[in-house]
Amino acid sequence: MVQGLFTNYYETTAMIVFGIGFATLLLNKNIIKKIIGFNFMDTAIYLFLASKGYITGRLAPISFEGMNPTFENYINPIPAGLVLTGIVVSVSFSAFFLALAIRLYKAYNTLDLNEIIRLKNMEAEEE
Amino acid sequence: MFEGLINFVDGVSSADNTHKPSKKKVKKYHHHEKTITERLEDDVLNQKSDSFDKFYSVVAIIMAIIIIGSLLFTVSFLPSFGDPTNPANNIVSEKYIVEGVKDTHAINLVAGMILDYRAFDTLGESTVLFIAASAVIILLFANKTKKEHEAEEKEEQKYENKNDPILRHGALLIVPAILVYGIYVVLNGHISPGGGFSGGAIMGAAIILYNLAFGDKSTSEFFSFKIYKRIIISALMFYAISKSYSFYTGANQIHSIIPKGVPGNILSSGLILPLNICVGIVVCCTMFGFYSLFDREEI
Amino acid sequence: MIYTVYILIAFLLICAISVCLVDNLLVSLIIFTAYSLVMSVIWLFIESPDLAITEAAVGAGVTSILFFITLLKVDKMKDEAGD
Repeated sequence: MVQGLFTNYYETTAMIVFGIGFATLLLNKNIIKKIIGFNFMDTAIYLFLASKGYITGRLAPISFEGMNPTFENYINPIPAGLVLTGIVVSVSFSAFFLALAIRLYKAYNTLDLNEIIRLKNMEAEEE
Repeated sequence: MFEGLINFVDGVSSADNTHKPSKKKVKKYHHHEKTITERLEDDVLNQKSDSFDKFYSVVAIIMAIIIIGSLLFTVSFLPSFGDPTNPANNIVSEKYIVEGVKDTHAINLVAGMILDYRAFDTLGESTVLFIAASAVIILLFANKTKKEHEAEEKEEQKYENKNDPILRHGALLIVPAILVYGIYVVLNGHISPGGGFSGGAIMGAAIILYNLAFGDKSTSEFFSFKIYKRIIISALMFYAISKSYSFYTGANQIHSIIPKGVPGNILSSGLILPLNICVGIVVCCTMFGFYSLFDREEI
Repeated sequence: MIYTVYILIAFLLICAISVCLVDNLLVSLIIFTAYSLVMSVIWLFIESPDLAITEAAVGAGVTSILFFITLLKVDKMKDEAGD
């Protein structure tokens, strides 16, 4: 089992970074820290996907033979295409999260999630 | 561990909850002085929440360790890294590699894949970017009157380094180089690594740098909200129309009037170059739109 | 060659853990930018230059600019509330 972890070292790293991002998401009360943790989880998944497409000794999928590329010379291009989509989507999502964080700061004057929940409860009690 | 660093960077905003809500809010929430019993109750509650915080963080760490452990247990059974007999390298990737250049006339197989075989996916991705920009506009766009605008401009002049010679001369040197590099990456997307997304992000970064160095007025001369809307919507419409034409002709075996060209030339590979330019324009405008909405709540 | 990859991976893990532990937001953002840059080098090692160029432009460039602008905005609003 440990042998499998060492041969798949990129996948192992990806999973550990995923766990650390999840811990960041749970442990920190600050909203911007939580968004950074979310970004860590994103990159971990991309690293896992892209490392599944790698084949030892082959080159990036840019054909140097012109019209007739040989299958045995190139790595798998599908994970690269999927991850390229994912990176851009993750950027737009983090921009959306940050806009929501700015709105929350405008309303409650704090970025701390516990503080926001406390103020919210106070508002509800007053009404 | 990082105390020296933290002191050095002159804490912009610390993550621990030191900043209390502003005075207005505090006044609103605390009308009366607290009595002694209330203070005692508060103390008891604080102790309770402290113990709850400790319990919560311990449980969170245990949860994260359990997740890492179970994922690693799964990873240890995966086929080994870099193996050509991996089940991921099946007939689909063989089709993309062997027939990709013949079908799309693009040397870069990834660009040929995402803008020809899977172009619908990429249209959806550009739409996600557009929708995210719209959501940020809804959340942050402030309808300012003229008076507020002028007052804010005066306020802004305090923050902006309008006459910083180092920043200005550096930006004058660097911005054209970054812009040319971004355009190069977009135009060579089907020959070399790169393409619409990376080139668009590079061009957006160049415009952001220009804005930082020369102020908002100089940027708003060539980039306003009206122009933003027109550019993004026309690029997305052109993408959708041209791609639906290519899907129609491809599915019905109708002869396409778009020439494919010689693989390796810049003017080759049919629709991939114009689509790359469209995606690049959308990404560039969206990146600068995000920046300017975050910075001054308008485009 | 393989040792370079090990060093880069160790750097990734150290960056991730230190972002979780550091209290100051600005420091954690700078560490996150360094993490993105190292990630773009790792994309080169697994033969995906498309991903490397996108990650360097988008992950290390635009995302960190957005985070920094958010911090600046929050700081400005804090000043206004404090006056």
